[in-house]
Amino acid sequence: MSEETKYILEVKDLHTSFFTDAGEVCAVNGISFTLEPGKTLGIVGESGSGKSVTAYSVMQILAETGKITGGEVLYKGEDITKWDKKQMQGFRGSKCSIIFQDPMTSLNPVFTVGSQLKEAILLHTDKNKREAYDRAVEMLTLVGVNEPESRMRQYPHELSGGMRQRVMIAMALACEPDILIADEPTTALDVTIQAQILELMKELQEKLGMAIIMVTHDLGVIASMCDEILVMYGGRVCERGTADDIFYRSAHEYTKGLLRSIPKNDNLNEKLIPIGGTPINLLQMPEGCAFCPRCEKAMKICLTQQPEELRVSETHLASCFMNVKELFAAGEGNA
Amino acid sequence: MENKNLLEVSHLKQYFPVRQGFHRIPLKAVDDVSFTIKPGETLGLVGESGCGKTTVGRTLLRLYQPTGGRIVFDGEVLFDSGEQYDDNGKLITDGEGRPVMGTRIDVDMLPYRKQMQMVFQDPYSSLNPRMTVEDIIGEPLDVHKLYSSKKERREKILSLMETVGLNAEHAMRYAHEFSGGQRQRIGIARALAVNPKFIVCDEPVSALDVSIQAQVVNMFEELQEKLGVAYLFIAHDLLVVHHISDRIAVMYLGKVVEIADADELNANPMHPYTLSLLSAVPIPDPETARKSNRIVLEGDVPSPLRMPSGCPFRTRCRYATEQCAMEMPPLSDRGNGHFTACWNK
Repeated sequence: MSEETKYILEVKDLHTSFFTDAGEVCAVNGISFTLEPGKTLGIVGESGSGKSVTAYSVMQILAETGKITGGEVLYKGEDITKWDKKQMQGFRGSKCSIIFQDPMTSLNPVFTVGSQLKEAILLHTDKNKREAYDRAVEMLTLVGVNEPESRMRQYPHELSGGMRQRVMIAMALACEPDILIADEPTTALDVTIQAQILELMKELQEKLGMAIIMVTHDLGVIASMCDEILVMYGGRVCERGTADDIFYRSAHEYTKGLLRSIPKNDNLNEKLIPIGGTPINLLQMPEGCAFCPRCEKAMKICLTQQPEELRVSETHLASCFMNVKELFAAGEGNA
Repeated sequence: MENKNLLEVSHLKQYFPVRQGFHRIPLKAVDDVSFTIKPGETLGLVGESGCGKTTVGRTLLRLYQPTGGRIVFDGEVLFDSGEQYDDNGKLITDGEGRPVMGTRIDVDMLPYRKQMQMVFQDPYSSLNPRMTVEDIIGEPLDVHKLYSSKKERREKILSLMETVGLNAEHAMRYAHEFSGGQRQRIGIARALAVNPKFIVCDEPVSALDVSIQAQVVNMFEELQEKLGVAYLFIAHDLLVVHHISDRIAVMYLGKVVEIADADELNANPMHPYTLSLLSAVPIPDPETARKSNRIVLEGDVPSPLRMPSGCPFRTRCRYATEQCAMEMPPLSDRGNGHFTACWNK
């Protein structure tokens, strides 16, 4: 199999900046990842870590002040950052779709659910109105909306949060995209509804075979959904690997700290160990490692140099000098 | 002293009138809720949005005028609607179904606010943007006249800031100059200013980033150890609630459906709603996630304006029987301080 066909999406050294009055803010600072068809990639990080901006950069739906300043986004081997507006329109919706965090604000309140669904289908396929209607009803049934025909005539405010998110998923999948980007799809929902939506996404992935990029801050959601995980901090990737690599063999101090600071089933009666300090200000990026000011194990080199991504195992990469030191200690004799 | 409760809430009701066309119908936000909190204890209150958990907290502090029930704090009755209940918890009525009314008690809350305080969910909107941190923390001191000189006021404020881990140099800054976690610390310092015995924490960590949540959760625990303050900890994140609470109450549509020790509830949930709630929580551990068998609830929470008859959960419950539609099951003791309101479990 050639390189072009193995990955459905390949992001290489992506840089995205926002040009604000206060100066250039590098929200995404050299992100690379690959996505295989039918797999789920999780991007996890705190607010301001650049996880959503990464997703928006792939879709090229950044705010006006935002711009991709470097890197490549390869869809089936083609660099889509060089595509014009028209080509991108064809890309969005039919090849790659996105669902947003807040299903209330991402649906248009003055149009019925049906007309919004039909619009998406008419725009991206050559179906006529009648066929588009049938397709919309079919999609609503697929995502588990009861009485789809009467729902088609309803407005978004008449539906509950979980229902609205189902409509969003139906809309995103109506044109059978290869990639579905889910930007905090369940953050605004209650846990029982969250469970419904996550199960639904898994089911649909099995049925339709699309790849999912799951953007979230919830490590619990990531653990149950993703094949591969990207941990982001300050616009950079700290660590990437399989779910097991990240949760059981984490090799970056930020990931370790994050896992120590959340209550899990096995530490409920122990004290949590928080990460000190406050999240990074993107306007005042440190020269060295972004996590360095909050890192307990920071060394001199961390202050001045950015750590390179280092291979910990076949599937596992981490950008932390701690690994270098450990590798030195372990591999000294061989070198 | 051991058995004395700091707070006793019984048959608390809070209805809000809602207009539907020509009619005004009551929205039963909190319907017949009873629980107790001991000094220095943390009671966690969990449930989905709209189940009335925030309303319980606010009604306790009398930020709303309760529709019915009785609130006793530290041996003193703060509110009593006068309705009387028999030993089985049934409302005592006269021949025509009207409740037999006793004396109504409704005290002035100002002196009690010194002992009961609140920390709010959103650290961005719960602090006045036009006040300095010193004035925000000092306001409760002003209201309750807790200082004799300006110097004493300042000293108290600075020591409070130190208690919650804020830098004393920041006293003259405004709220917008702080991050979310620091703002929440300001809110906590404000609640602590009057030396309360009881604090209602209404989703105090939900708006914070994961790495900051642990800092604030730890501070709540440390303050409790140091000051012996009791919490009603309201949150929807079950893992956080389990971590911080001694006991947990689970609410669904205005009613408490289960109440038990935190560990007991997690190990041995009885109510079908608690069961599905616990299984729905995404556990940050891939191994458990792969093994776990999620009980996915069907449908949505019914509107509190069109409450199902009998048990409110019966429309989504897979054990529901005819009896569930007839009558709300009472919160009954299953031993070990574990109470559940279910006919079938």
